[in-house]
Amino acid sequence: MMTTSDNRAEASSDSIAGLSQGRLILRRFLRNRVALAAIVVFILIVVLSISSVGVFGIPGWWKWTHIEFTAVVDGGRPTLSIIPKWLGGAGMHLGDHPFGQTLVGFDYFAMTMRGIQNSLIVMFVVGALVAVIGTVVGAVAGYYRGLIETILMRFTDLVIVIPVIVLGAVVGKIAGNAGLGALGLSVVLGLILWTALARLLRGEFLSLRELEFVDAARISGAKDSRIIFRHILPNAIGIVIVATTLVMALSVLLETALSFLGFGIKVPDVSLGLIISQNQGAFGTRPWLFIWPGAFIVLLALTVNFVGDGLRDAFDPRQGGFNPKRMKERSRS
Amino acid sequence: MTAFITRRVLVSIFILLGASFIMYILTTLAGDPLEDLRTAGGANTEILMAQRTSALMLDVPAPLRFFLWLGGAAKCLIPFGSSCDLGVNIAGQEVTELLSRAMGSTIQLVVVAVILAIIIGVTTGIASALRQHTPFDNGITFTSFLLYALPSFWVAILLKQFFALGYNDFLRDPVIPPLWIAVIAVISGFIWQALIAGSRRRRLTVFGGSAIASALVLAYMSLTSWFVRPGLGPVIIALGSIGIGLMIVGLTAGLRNRAAMLTSGIVVAITMVCYFSLQGLLDISSDATIGILAIITVAVGLAVGLLMRGPDMRLYMRIGALTAVLSSGLILVDRLMRSWPVYTSEVGGRPIATIGSETPGLNGDIWVHGVDSFTHLLLPTLTLMLISFASYTRYSRSGMLDVLNQDYVRTARAKGLPERVVILRHAFRNSLIPIVTLIASDFGTILGGSIIVEQVFSFSGMGALFQAGINSVDPNPVMGYFVVIAVMTIVFNFLADISYSALDPRVRIR
Repeated sequence: MMTTSDNRAEASSDSIAGLSQGRLILRRFLRNRVALAAIVVFILIVVLSISSVGVFGIPGWWKWTHIEFTAVVDGGRPTLSIIPKWLGGAGMHLGDHPFGQTLVGFDYFAMTMRGIQNSLIVMFVVGALVAVIGTVVGAVAGYYRGLIETILMRFTDLVIVIPVIVLGAVVGKIAGNAGLGALGLSVVLGLILWTALARLLRGEFLSLRELEFVDAARISGAKDSRIIFRHILPNAIGIVIVATTLVMALSVLLETALSFLGFGIKVPDVSLGLIISQNQGAFGTRPWLFIWPGAFIVLLALTVNFVGDGLRDAFDPRQGGFNPKRMKERSRS
Repeated sequence: MTAFITRRVLVSIFILLGASFIMYILTTLAGDPLEDLRTAGGANTEILMAQRTSALMLDVPAPLRFFLWLGGAAKCLIPFGSSCDLGVNIAGQEVTELLSRAMGSTIQLVVVAVILAIIIGVTTGIASALRQHTPFDNGITFTSFLLYALPSFWVAILLKQFFALGYNDFLRDPVIPPLWIAVIAVISGFIWQALIAGSRRRRLTVFGGSAIASALVLAYMSLTSWFVRPGLGPVIIALGSIGIGLMIVGLTAGLRNRAAMLTSGIVVAITMVCYFSLQGLLDISSDATIGILAIITVAVGLAVGLLMRGPDMRLYMRIGALTAVLSSGLILVDRLMRSWPVYTSEVGGRPIATIGSETPGLNGDIWVHGVDSFTHLLLPTLTLMLISFASYTRYSRSGMLDVLNQDYVRTARAKGLPERVVILRHAFRNSLIPIVTLIASDFGTILGGSIIVEQVFSFSGMGALFQAGINSVDPNPVMGYFVVIAVMTIVFNFLADISYSALDPRVRIR
């Protein structure tokens, strides 16, 4: 009896006591099982790719690298086995070449891991650039209005109307000539992908700038930059985070597609799209060369999309993201 | 409304002018057009370089060259003139000529994919919204997330390497093993019961019924080698037409409306008479005959509706025309299917093509050529469709859910309107408004996707032209490609705007 009333008191104080907006959002996000599972899988992929083949010249625990020739064993068949012995399988082990080997004898596991690393570089650099450029353009256009807004938004229209893969191919070629590898590619991709965020944020700023707290800040003598970044932006941060996450998922797909077409990451470096393109002729006899990189592209894009959707749901529960558990609760009530 | 559309089109033309300027400058920045000559290093390198420089006007600064190109491109606007000048490519070929060869297959591919994606995506999204919080809804949402994350080149290769080759191998001995029949039957039963929803008993009935039905159909197809000699036959066409008629009447007028039922009944009867009497004509048809037959079909459908008279005459005319078009579509499909064996033997027993947009040097009537286009376009179209299918599903689902929570939908229900009218008249129309804005932006995605798909399936379409242009730092073919997609974008924006103002009466006032 005592405990139930305690619980009840605790529950009610939870909802009444002044939880900060950030805590509320975090709590809503953590309650979303799909998004949580997605973030766990994503982190596992990151750890696996970095620890296995190493990063910045630091070697990882895996015995081969993506540029090392190895003798082709058993027609390059994958040696990964996940069925334990007591189930009649070959036991759980990685073997010498868990994802198989290419025709010339590169270790496919090392290549795939390196490809994932490059996709992650693209994802995070693009995300950072998009967040900065999109935020500044959208915020300035929405806050100042008038001529500045017209110029910025018309420029956004110009960029947005060119199909992203067409524009990406051209700038990817430019970056490829400069020879900066994955980093160069991600910078130019960041320079073309900020448009969606800028548009969304401008819309949000247009309505937020008319609210009283902006007047209050102005009367108390705040400068424009302070009003934009300290007063209005925190109220629109959900849009920035969600749109950036979704662009990060898009950038993985774009990078692999461009590398597949030959406008992205080039040999001797490795991209998940590039190795699919290189081994295209061998898929009939060696389907595993097709499956592994593709599966990791899908996993990366899917998990980031789920995280983005979970964040959207956490920031704005009214929009309703993909959360089967909460949907059930909602339909019951 | 005219003013609204004119303004929108004008704005998009200006935007595209600016965008083409950006594209031109970026393409010229993408490298050195003389590089191949420089590295080749022959004796006459200097002369060749001078020739190419003068042919492509490389000594003129890029921004100026853009305006020269624009001047030539502007001549394309003169109707019926052949003064269109999009420049020459690096090998000296006219870009207009290259484009006219490359355009056909790409446009066909893209337009079919867009239209199918819209129809299937919106239907699925709405079905999903009407079954909110059910396993079906969750399944569709998860599927759309998955499709969102699929790289299109990977899907294209998957379909090409595994589906096409696998199906062609299957055709050598087209018998479905009983185990597979059972598996497919259970899956289809599962999908149907999730779609129908309702009480547990009803779901079980639907599950059993549809599983048994699909098992029987598959067994029949397997035993009669349907996959080698496909066809619908009069019974399926008759049943299919009746089904189409019932569905259209059920959705638009309600099954109690006797005049509507009569309309679609008469149309179905006429269709069946045509099926038996017109086969000889179809065998010797050309494209023009089919076009004329299509017009006659619509006219007959409208005329049957007209005969019904009464205040709902226009509704009956629509029902008649729709039933006529869809059910005569079945006759065409049947006729195409019967050309399948001829086509299969023509291409050496491996009908699903993985290369190019048509079989070179294929003999046969329009039906064989029709089957040929189908087998070539099937997989590329499917790939393109899957990409944008997901976004249409998600948008139409959330749009429908938004609308269903509106007060006017509650009012419509409260005044006792049947659910069909509430959903189709009050909710569906309004839920389409956000979709229309999606179409324009999604169109660009599909156009971009077509570059990848064309590469995988070795189409010699516009994507190939674009890629070659970028690789040799040759702005003219790239711009030629850009002009075509720009025009298509304007057209699709225009159509979207028209449907927008048809859907939203407030737009007309502006």
